[in-house]
Amino acid sequence: MSRIIVVTSGKGGVGKTTTSAAFAMGLAMKGYKTAVIDFDVGLRNLDLIMGCERRVVYDFVNVINGEATLNQALIRDKRRDNLSILPASQTRDKESLTQEGVERVLNELSETFEYIVCDSPAGIERGATLAMYFADDAIVVTNPEVSSVRDSDRMLGILASKSRRAEQGLEPIKEYLLLTRYSPERVRLGEMLSVADVQDILSLHLLGVIPESKSVLSASNSGTPVTLDEKSDAGQAYRDVVRRYLGERVPHRFVEEEKKGLFSRLFGG
Amino acid sequence: MPPQATDPPASVALEIKSGSVNLLTLKLADGDLDRVAKQLTEKVQNAPEFFRNAPVVIELSALNTRQSTLDFERLSTLLRSLGLSPVGVRGGHGALNQGAESAGLAVLAERVETPAREAPKPVAPKSESPLPTLGGGSRVIDQPVRSGQRLYAAGGDLIVLAPVSAGAELLADGNIHIYSSLRGRALAGVQGNLSSRIFCLDLQAELIAIGGHYQISENLEESIRGKPVQVFLRDGALIIEDL
Repeated sequence: MSRIIVVTSGKGGVGKTTTSAAFAMGLAMKGYKTAVIDFDVGLRNLDLIMGCERRVVYDFVNVINGEATLNQALIRDKRRDNLSILPASQTRDKESLTQEGVERVLNELSETFEYIVCDSPAGIERGATLAMYFADDAIVVTNPEVSSVRDSDRMLGILASKSRRAEQGLEPIKEYLLLTRYSPERVRLGEMLSVADVQDILSLHLLGVIPESKSVLSASNSGTPVTLDEKSDAGQAYRDVVRRYLGERVPHRFVEEEKKGLFSRLFGG
Repeated sequence: MPPQATDPPASVALEIKSGSVNLLTLKLADGDLDRVAKQLTEKVQNAPEFFRNAPVVIELSALNTRQSTLDFERLSTLLRSLGLSPVGVRGGHGALNQGAESAGLAVLAERVETPAREAPKPVAPKSESPLPTLGGGSRVIDQPVRSGQRLYAAGGDLIVLAPVSAGAELLADGNIHIYSSLRGRALAGVQGNLSSRIFCLDLQAELIAIGGHYQISENLEESIRGKPVQVFLRDGALIIEDL
């Protein structure tokens, strides 16, 4: 039985696609057969972040419309052959997605894959609601600032009421909070909400804190999910997130400011 | 064409409108002004900011059967000396009213029955999630109420055991209880039940209202923010009190 995970936020630019790519790669690195779907029809990005943009032939909408089979559209990752990407269409809009079509594709993927990660577009319209409709788990990506927190809160309300699980009275979607672009130093300066502030407002289980990191941007630009970068703090944080999601007890890191040594203090390291 | 502000013509120097305001009411239980002076002074000293320059209406209903005169001049002087500003009396009978008028106080009409401001008409909202309903229309909610959600307890109380987020809205014909933080809006007695109340353990509300009398976040006193409080109506004024 496969598990469907939606990566969502409401607000744009908070790190949904980065998280989808890193999380899916993390699951694959743990040995699970994983698929990651780009629901952002018309503004596709996941293929870039995954580094497979030159191999896209068919896309999600082609499969929904029956113009291609799922196997023709799925792109197998070159680094991990248990990870596949289903890219979004860049030439259509989100109205091309139908609930029946999405359900059919997810059912077919469930036959092969253990985890299906759905990369939700921003907003609370069709693409986003369809991305979360069939989900079992939701990772709510939030930046430590008030508008992102409020949008996440709104999205949590929709998850609790407009999903298949809610409509059929099943066990509700499991919701996890993922704080991204976190900077303990800026929290100390009062420029950013702290982990405690955000948890107080959202009252949600904290899956992890991803520090603000240069490695995220360079990973995106090079098409390498940041989880593959062992040296980067963000990469390590995403690995922790995957382990926590899989049920391991891993202490939270990157929440406190790093103590600067004398050397770096002297030279502004 | 750019939109133009519709300013009144320059010749109009005033405009008469009807409006309602909430005033503090000083209900006299006793005509003994020495005792009134002593007790009122204590109260004002306890919360000088609350009373500063506050306009006050003197409620006389309890005195009607006891006495027919009162030294309104002295009472006015007393109130002014405490920083209050007496504007009128209400609830009194013939002789008392005459005394007040001759002391320069307005005699206000009896209680207005319609609430000062109408509450937004409660549309029975489509419940965003299936939730248990108690008898008598009361509802118990044990999940956080998220931004954008709107919950209505028709004909009963709304009881929430989890935080209410900014941008969420709670409506009830009866009371609203929140055993957590209230950051959204809470409107109790939306069908006009003025005796309904709001209770919460942590007041950070965007708006609170009872029977259409409302107060917005900006006007909440800093002293009650983040505190466990109850909210109720007294003589048409919204009172927020520590629990």
